[in-house]
Amino acid sequence: MSEPKEHAHHIVSPKIYAVILLALLVGTATTVWASYIDLGIFNPIIALAIACTKATLVVLFFMHVKYSSKLTKLTVFAGVFTFLILIGMTLSDYFSRAWGQW
Amino acid sequence: MSDSPAIAHGAPETAVSADNAHDEHPSYLRHHFESTEQQADATNFAMWLFLLTEVMFFGGLFTAYLIYRNWYYPAFVAGSHQLSIPLGGLNTLLLITSSFTMAMGVWCAETHRKSGLVLCLILTLILGLGFLGIKTIEYSEKFEKHHVPSYHYSLQSFLDPDSDAAAKAAGDKPLPLDMARKTEVYFSLYFAMTGMHALHMIIGVAILSFMIFRARAGAYTSGHVTFVENFGLYWHFVDIIWIFLFPLLYLISRH
Repeated sequence: MSEPKEHAHHIVSPKIYAVILLALLVGTATTVWASYIDLGIFNPIIALAIACTKATLVVLFFMHVKYSSKLTKLTVFAGVFTFLILIGMTLSDYFSRAWGQW
Repeated sequence: MSDSPAIAHGAPETAVSADNAHDEHPSYLRHHFESTEQQADATNFAMWLFLLTEVMFFGGLFTAYLIYRNWYYPAFVAGSHQLSIPLGGLNTLLLITSSFTMAMGVWCAETHRKSGLVLCLILTLILGLGFLGIKTIEYSEKFEKHHVPSYHYSLQSFLDPDSDAAAKAAGDKPLPLDMARKTEVYFSLYFAMTGMHALHMIIGVAILSFMIFRARAGAYTSGHVTFVENFGLYWHFVDIIWIFLFPLLYLISRH
């Protein structure tokens, strides 16, 4: 095929994919294990922290964002940022109202 | 169609060789793109924009789940105790592994390994079907126990936990009637979220079957990997949704 002129196209090696797979499996085992321990308010926080870490690994490596153009990076970041504003402001409204006091 | 480069360049000699226009660039390069890199970038950007609309779509469901869980907390805890962590965990393993085989498929396409690509796509398909099979087992148990929100919804597991093996094992206390009714909200969201996720899986499995058919004919291993790559993005996205669904629905109320 063409010469290695394909500057934009970075091929991620299978070794990296295997390491990420291993990290995702360890994350799954950890989150299941942690769910059986009573940590009160920290149960959902730990579960979501592990889920966010796993999702970040998938986005960066399986979905190649780490090796993608600035445009792709900006698109992904803008999307996540907008989503967090939507969910954050909605939840803070629901959780901070004086329910039943008016 | 094939004479557009001639018009663009306005050079008479290219008009003569218009029939050979496809010799000058790969057949998969559409004429409105300058280069294959530009075409790949544009397609990749479009795929990400589509995935962002999907993020917002599932985000609405996740937000609804979090708000209702906060309002009807005891009902959501009792409801989640009805789900099987071994089955949900196994499904997580299947889906994560299928994401890995899909990523390997993209690598095979990029490095022109045709049989490797076909093998990776078939493995991804099998793992995806395995996920859907286990989901069917889980759903059918919900139908048997009348935990599907409808006219026939049964509150027995929540009003009398000792009569239900799963509720008894989790040590559930009987819920008051008004709170027990709210378990139906939990299962409505459970079916809405896992159902929409399963629908995405079914669409993915259909596209995978089509891709296996095409990959066997050598479609993606001659330099044009965009379709495999963008399907990979879709498949990984569906995996990410499950990465959040599993802890939120199955795990966080378990202890």
